[in-house]
Amino acid sequence: MRICIVGCGAVGSLFAANLAQLDDVDVWAYDVSREHVAAINANGLRLSGAGEVVGRLRATADPQELPPCEFGIVATKAMHTEGAIAATAHAFAAGCVATVQNGLGNEEAIAAHVERVIRGTTFPAGKIVEPGHVQWDVKGDTTLGPFEPQPAPLADIERLADSCTRAGMPTRAVPDARGPQWRKVIFNASTNPIGALTGLTHGRVCERLDLRRLVSGLVDEGKAVAAAQGIELDADPEELIDHAARPDVAYDHKASMLQDVEARRTTEIDYLNGGIVRAGREHGVPAPLNEAIWALVKGVEQSWQ
Amino acid sequence: MKKICVAGAGSIGSLFAGHLARVTEVSVLTRREEHARALNEQGLRISGRGDFTSRVTAASDPASLPEAELVILACKGTDLEALARRLAGHFAGATMMTVQNGLGAEEVAGAHGGWPLLSAVTFMSGTRHGDTHVEYVLDTATWIGPYRDTTGDDARAVAELIVSSGLKAEGFDDLRPAQWSKLIFNATVNGVAALTGLPHDFHFAQTEQPYELGNLVRGLVDEGKAVASAAGVELREDPWRMNVLATQRGHRHYPSMLEDVEAHRPTEVESINGSLVREARRHDVPVPLHTAVYTLVTAKEAGYS
Repeated sequence: MRICIVGCGAVGSLFAANLAQLDDVDVWAYDVSREHVAAINANGLRLSGAGEVVGRLRATADPQELPPCEFGIVATKAMHTEGAIAATAHAFAAGCVATVQNGLGNEEAIAAHVERVIRGTTFPAGKIVEPGHVQWDVKGDTTLGPFEPQPAPLADIERLADSCTRAGMPTRAVPDARGPQWRKVIFNASTNPIGALTGLTHGRVCERLDLRRLVSGLVDEGKAVAAAQGIELDADPEELIDHAARPDVAYDHKASMLQDVEARRTTEIDYLNGGIVRAGREHGVPAPLNEAIWALVKGVEQSWQ
Repeated sequence: MKKICVAGAGSIGSLFAGHLARVTEVSVLTRREEHARALNEQGLRISGRGDFTSRVTAASDPASLPEAELVILACKGTDLEALARRLAGHFAGATMMTVQNGLGAEEVAGAHGGWPLLSAVTFMSGTRHGDTHVEYVLDTATWIGPYRDTTGDDARAVAELIVSSGLKAEGFDDLRPAQWSKLIFNATVNGVAALTGLPHDFHFAQTEQPYELGNLVRGLVDEGKAVASAAGVELREDPWRMNVLATQRGHRHYPSMLEDVEAHRPTEVESINGSLVREARRHDVPVPLHTAVYTLVTAKEAGYS
């Protein structure tokens, strides 16, 4: 089986290096960073932290080099989905493409370029330390399921999930993957921008009662928008928020959006709070707090111009 | 009125002192001794709209200043309590005039002495270029009204004197319509600026896309209007219109709350946004957007360290 990771940043690297441990999987990685690509090809892709792994795989910054693949796993930031899949779609003409990205709208962007699409959500996290080396911060589960308008066959999704699980990335194939996706989107949309706007770590956001109430207000809107679409959350995002606030989990974690804002990089706000607001509008559910947060973070981005 | 004391020589206090000294005798109470010395030696230069230097008598100890008929308390809201404490027991024959943003300044000042009180809000702005030089930037008015043991005629008399000195001012029988217009304007614009890092510019009036800041600004203004209406205050100006007009002036104004968070100084969020949220609670008006902005700015301050 040949799998191509599209976007080999922190999360993409976790999949790439682990999958490369399997004898029956041929792993390719497409990434725009030529330094990262060169380092992977020269020395392998190294993970350290939650697991010590070195994956031998082929990396390229040139999409034309990609051979036909049975599976793609898209792991770019949400604002790069369109460009990445447009460049690599030819490799998946006969394959299925999964997303393990944050936010809403990635499946739709992928489906505009490839036939069979897999909806996905993943919880492991890490960060790039240097080209070819990723720190694996948190282990976690991945859920995959068919993207309803252009589904990949469930049997194929199960084969991909089985490979990921055997490689050390526990993954479930389910008929409806929207529940976990929305749980994570609501979690991210309700906490990441609060960290980004205040400069506070996840734990400090949660221990201030006033901020924690604001977080719950955002969660409640997200839940209402999910419910209006008939999506059943697999668990309450509030539990995830409180769990992450524990000192031994992610109390000191700066949300990726806070890291983005500090580095003046475009954030994923359009695909998080923006995604919730858009879905709410389609289903007649107002989400004024999410809309306010969306506008504030867009304002932060505009202030850099 | 022959003798006026300006207490607090930041940009607003300096604008009052420098102008009024052209038509009456002005003393200035500073916090720092060297500031007083510099003013006594060099006078106070006003540039921007005209360029002149005024003679003032300055001291950092109220006991060494001459008596006055009017004392303008021109410090920031966050410093008012400390300033009023220093004034206790002084200026027995004077009327005190507060010009702080937000609500409640009169009560803070009035708690430290039995002086008659005038209440004012000012829209003028200046940029300090040192202890003895302030640039007059926005030539918008100061609005004055009676508060304790004063009348509309007292307010108009002070306004007339200010106008004769070259600044803009107007006196009213009831300041609340003007004060609340400004309160809603400031709570909205200053809060959004502090959170986004944007000066008050065209972004604040953009409403085409759901994520554009003008929608949030309008939502905040609408909540503020609902509170004013519940409090029985008829606004003098529509804060949304004030916002649109200000953004059309082409001058990118940096609200003090934005400057404060950028310099990691305490902001006026309590006296501005806090008062509005507390008034809303008192009158049972839901203000989820103002609560969010208030909470976020407060938390951002807490995150300075």
